[in-house]
Amino acid sequence: MQIEAREYEYANDYKVLIESYSGKPEHLLAIMQDVQRHYNYLPRLAISMISQHVGIPVSRVYAMASFYKAFSLVPKGKFIFRVCDGTACHIKNSATLLDQLQQHLGIEVDETTADGMFSIETVNCLGACALAPVMVVNGKVYGKVSPGDVERIINEYGGQSYASQHKC
Amino acid sequence: MQASINVNSNDRQTVLVCCGTGCTANGGREVFKTFETLLKDHAEIELLPVIKATGCNGWCEKGPLVRLLPRDITYCSVAPEDVSEIIDKTLIEGILIKRLLYRDPVSKEYLSSHHQTDFYRKQHKIALRNIGEIDPGQIDDYIEREGYQALKKALQEMSGQDIINIVQAAGLRGRGGGGFPTGRKWQACKNASGEEKFIICNGDEGDPGAFMDRSILEGDPHTIIEGMILGAYAVGASRGYVYVRDEYDLAVQNLGQAIGNARQRGYLGNSILGSDLAFDIEIVRGGGAFVCGEETALIASIEGRTGEPHDKYVFPTEKGLWGMPTVINNVETWANVPVIVLHGAEPFARIGTENSKGTKVFSLVGKVVNTGLVEVPMGTTLREVIYEIGGGLLKKRSFKAVQTGGPSGGCIPASLLDLPIDFDSLIEAGSMMGSGGLIVMDDHTCMVEVARYYTNFLAGESCGKCTPCREGLRAQLEILNRICDGEGTIEDLDLLEDISVTMQGASLCALGRTAPNPVLSTLRYFREEYLAHIEERRCPAGVCRALTTFYIDPVKCTGCQVCKKHCSVNAIQGERKEVHVIDESICIRCGECYRQCAFDAVQLRQEELR
Repeated sequence: MQIEAREYEYANDYKVLIESYSGKPEHLLAIMQDVQRHYNYLPRLAISMISQHVGIPVSRVYAMASFYKAFSLVPKGKFIFRVCDGTACHIKNSATLLDQLQQHLGIEVDETTADGMFSIETVNCLGACALAPVMVVNGKVYGKVSPGDVERIINEYGGQSYASQHKC
Repeated sequence: MQASINVNSNDRQTVLVCCGTGCTANGGREVFKTFETLLKDHAEIELLPVIKATGCNGWCEKGPLVRLLPRDITYCSVAPEDVSEIIDKTLIEGILIKRLLYRDPVSKEYLSSHHQTDFYRKQHKIALRNIGEIDPGQIDDYIEREGYQALKKALQEMSGQDIINIVQAAGLRGRGGGGFPTGRKWQACKNASGEEKFIICNGDEGDPGAFMDRSILEGDPHTIIEGMILGAYAVGASRGYVYVRDEYDLAVQNLGQAIGNARQRGYLGNSILGSDLAFDIEIVRGGGAFVCGEETALIASIEGRTGEPHDKYVFPTEKGLWGMPTVINNVETWANVPVIVLHGAEPFARIGTENSKGTKVFSLVGKVVNTGLVEVPMGTTLREVIYEIGGGLLKKRSFKAVQTGGPSGGCIPASLLDLPIDFDSLIEAGSMMGSGGLIVMDDHTCMVEVARYYTNFLAGESCGKCTPCREGLRAQLEILNRICDGEGTIEDLDLLEDISVTMQGASLCALGRTAPNPVLSTLRYFREEYLAHIEERRCPAGVCRALTTFYIDPVKCTGCQVCKKHCSVNAIQGERKEVHVIDESICIRCGECYRQCAFDAVQLRQEELR
């Protein structure tokens, strides 16, 4: 992984975020979560800076980043469609919702559209099982979604006939 | 300000709006805000009602819920548009609004309070005692309901050993799944020597379909704090951590606020309530790894490492966090502690079965009428929970199985519905208590696919450190995929069992040792479904797409168009009140029409597919 030139523009922002915590290893996870939350991924430069701040090798930060599901090494889309695939949602046909999303947006799970607008993710359980099947778009919860609703929800975020335009 | 009005708080009207996860998703927050806005315009009401946003009432199916005290009125499925009517009619004139009341499906009676419904009447709340009754942001709400009384009692009258003795006598067992006696764990930590000792609350609720920990952290965070302080006093710990899933935004927020308030009031800090007890709590947000619910993995995660478990020749009570003696208990376990310490062991021990005392919170979800959180005495039967509290199955379908214990639990068939739920009976039935998810499945659920689902889940969450778990799950998943695709052979079933035995015997941690449970329990109780997939190349539930085609029975079809509306690929043709037809060349076999049809007109082709 290379550090991209544009990442240096944010170097000061990364620094402020990272140094708001002490350099104790017990804060490593929290620092990484804050960076992830701000930038929707862990930029390579930020990983180096975290390793220096906490005093551990880059490889260990990388191990954490690839182990925990909360982290991404590539930028995520502006709108993240998260389909819950907890058991309650699963037996209420969440797999079809996922199929529909993939088809309409022309991307697979954990991928992002080429223009950086949309990502699809699955989540193990959102704890909103009474509303199964559940889908969340940037924090907004959609409950009891039927496969027929998917297109309408995508359209709410400006994703009309996306697949045909953006399919690679 | 509430405090400036000199009125008995019991007489004052209070509006409790449920703002738990389910109700919030259904618009509970908007209802709460509408109450706030509209009540401001009612200067004519002499004493304005207090409005509180509460945690999850558990009855998510009927949300957003609004409760009015002191009359104890419960309104269901309240929309922001209903709020002005509630204010004008009920709060001012005292008239009930019938259409917002719950109507008992059997007696057809309108019930004014949720306490009269079967869903609540059969419950016994200890861990959930305050949730829905208090505003989690107000420490005084908690204190009013006996909050921090146990702590005061302990500091004034009891030694640390007294607390351990009480918890032991109460028979409290860990609610996170293991069921280890809590008092014994604490005793081991107290006896261990170390410069410092730690208390951890495990809120890394990873089991899909379970959300009791979330609900307690969101709706009653102080009970966790008080429980942990009591634990710290008992074993001599000075620092505590609450490990919460990062996905649980509201839980992190409410708990953080509660910790701050507890510090201000002197319940946390250097000299708690003037005594020499010093204890403080920090929140650690989890990184999203199922295995971190395992205690050694969780400890590794707090230490800033990847969450890989290690063998437990030495328990965390001897060498845990930073190598120091550590007590780690689940959220629900901590929530029981203040009640046991305050009221003594006996009332708690009187509830439940011989070896499983007290109550257990379950999240009752899936194909059941009343979904939500329920707390019942240990030993309650599955039938009572599913049919009496849960109201039976949706659309009156037939019951096939209930899955308990999370991904490493098992599926329990109809023949065992009268099984009393406790730690030991569930293990005997090939499942386990787990954190308390109860997922109800009907005849439209394919048990082979359910096994595949859990195995897929676990294969993704296995940390990969030990071979039996990592490779065993991968091999099992491959076989199950094959069976679901109609390419399974009869030998595959032996192979599945063979791999399971190796995983049970040779995996490093509980995740790997219990990971074959979904496969083994479905093989044990639903072998005929596996055989249908393998020998007849058909999926009896109509779920596995490679083995399923649907058609519409022209005799039963009423032309109601429900299936057509729900078809996402427009594969169903037919005008209103005319027989509909599925175009098999377009159909993706998602089965939505099959599930939606109220007349059983959409059917499975039962002949073999080659």
